[in-house]
Amino acid sequence: MSAPQKKRLTTSAMIASIAEDGQETTPAPFGHALVALAQQRPEIVGLSADLSKYTDLHILAQAMPDRFYQMGMAEQVLMGAAAGLAREGFQPFATTYAVFASRRAYDFICLGIAEESLNVKIVCALPGLTTGYGPSHQATDDLAIFRAMPNLTIVDPCDAVDIEQAVPAIADHKGPVYMRLLRGNVPRVLHRYDYRFELGKAALLRDGADILFVSSGLMTMRVLAAAERMKAEGIADAGVLHVPTIKPLDTETITAALARPGRLVVTAENHSIVGGLGEAVAGAALERGVVPAGFRRIGLPDAFLDAGALPTLHDRYGLSVEAIVTQIKGWL
Amino acid sequence: MSDGTDDARLSNVALAKRAYNIRRNALRMAAVQGQGYIGQALGVADVLAVSYFHALRYQPVDPQWEGRDRFLLSIGHYAIALYAALIEAGILPEDELETYGSDGSRLPMSGMAAYTPGMEITGGSLGHGLGIGVGMALGLKRKQSDARVFNLLSDGELGEGSTWEAAMEAAHHRLDNLIAIVDFNNQQADGPSTRMLSAEPVQDKWAAFGWYAQRVDGNDIPAVVAAFDAARNHTGDQPRVIICDTRMCKGVPFLETREVTHFVRVAPEEWDMALEALDAGRPQ
Repeated sequence: MSAPQKKRLTTSAMIASIAEDGQETTPAPFGHALVALAQQRPEIVGLSADLSKYTDLHILAQAMPDRFYQMGMAEQVLMGAAAGLAREGFQPFATTYAVFASRRAYDFICLGIAEESLNVKIVCALPGLTTGYGPSHQATDDLAIFRAMPNLTIVDPCDAVDIEQAVPAIADHKGPVYMRLLRGNVPRVLHRYDYRFELGKAALLRDGADILFVSSGLMTMRVLAAAERMKAEGIADAGVLHVPTIKPLDTETITAALARPGRLVVTAENHSIVGGLGEAVAGAALERGVVPAGFRRIGLPDAFLDAGALPTLHDRYGLSVEAIVTQIKGWL
Repeated sequence: MSDGTDDARLSNVALAKRAYNIRRNALRMAAVQGQGYIGQALGVADVLAVSYFHALRYQPVDPQWEGRDRFLLSIGHYAIALYAALIEAGILPEDELETYGSDGSRLPMSGMAAYTPGMEITGGSLGHGLGIGVGMALGLKRKQSDARVFNLLSDGELGEGSTWEAAMEAAHHRLDNLIAIVDFNNQQADGPSTRMLSAEPVQDKWAAFGWYAQRVDGNDIPAVVAAFDAARNHTGDQPRVIICDTRMCKGVPFLETREVTHFVRVAPEEWDMALEALDAGRPQ
């Protein structure tokens, strides 16, 4: 009799779910939130470059077909046309994958949209490491690319709650926004905390005496889980400051939290350690003379990453709860 | 190409005078800087005269009037030509041309929407205008507006792949309210466009992309008028393109024959000579 086989992990679909087994999820929170808003606001239109099903924009396309433009596999004209529609008074939500918006269509967002602060919302799936397809689809550098773009607001929501609340908030903001999107069955976590998404605001989700995580995007749910585990195992008492708006950065709240003495500050982001949240937080703190007891960054290495199954990759590159706890143990 | 009537003849003379004034405005601006994209401005002046005094609907006192036809300048370095036309159209005051390219001016060397009334988009990064035009044309249809979108491109700009993405998109969405104008002067930064990255056969390319395509001598005003009229009256639900073959530095013979005309070097004493040469050919 052979030994029981360990389940073989595979890359599976392009967009692997980031939900843990048994985790509460909400289907297509972006698509449903956008439809609810578009029913109130006739100026909202949706555009996609052949990825509506993979950015949850198909919900809008199905519910309100006359408000949806299929632009085909053409990201440059996707952004150009979004700029043109904004010029005519509409509020376009343009969707594609984060790699294509940040790398392929950069100039069209920069000069076509941001230079004139046009009211375009760019909402992109597969931010950071959320697919096992390799560097062609892993937007490990999107925040670094977009942070230097003037006028652009950057949002990195954590879960379905964040996305549902961020959609009306970014629509109310007059100007260009880049939002990193989690799509499909998206975990629902933040309703367990006293939290509301506010554009430009960081929020303390959990206090802790030994460690302060400063995190954005899906890493907020990972560090929340890591903090619970570390508390249960008596490793450390960790707080979590969630920073869903990467730019403009809520430097006031962040530096006030970092100023509390005696804590190890650990930034955590689903992005390269180059040019993302960690660098932004470090710069803001140093500029204000705030130096915590310790400072570490959890993020993706400055490398083109492997293909493979997402859980394997998150373990390998330090984004899984297990990997976070291991890294913290090494730093304590 | 004139229909031979007195009205048409008079109108062509009037347009030639407008083109002369546009050239004169451009030369005066270039003289302020002592250099510039004067070759393009002189070459495209007839096309701009027909655009602003025959084809486009606008209100000079209100450049943002909702019912206006939108004129998008992809080619930011042609700003000098568009400023010259906007002055002639009464959208910009004439005395402002003396500020061209100076600190604090509303007339920067490369055209930008935020600086200049009548400048619809920020051009300069070539290959942007047509895509923005697609969005504006979609938006106008959504608003049930009968305004149209014109986009002035250059032949060199046809090397940008994004122009062809936008061309496909416009045909796919049947944007019959979008009119592209290609200034084909066969000159770009490093030399003749057809020897850099040839767009020929350019009319066939646009037609193959689903556009109603015409090619005319862009310095023949009656021919340009006829092409704009045909673009307007065409009944197919296609976007329209008018490829205009133009001569760099047209109207100033001693500059027309200069070898390098993308960014014309003109000696200080030559500006007055250029104005005199232009005046010598002034339409009566």
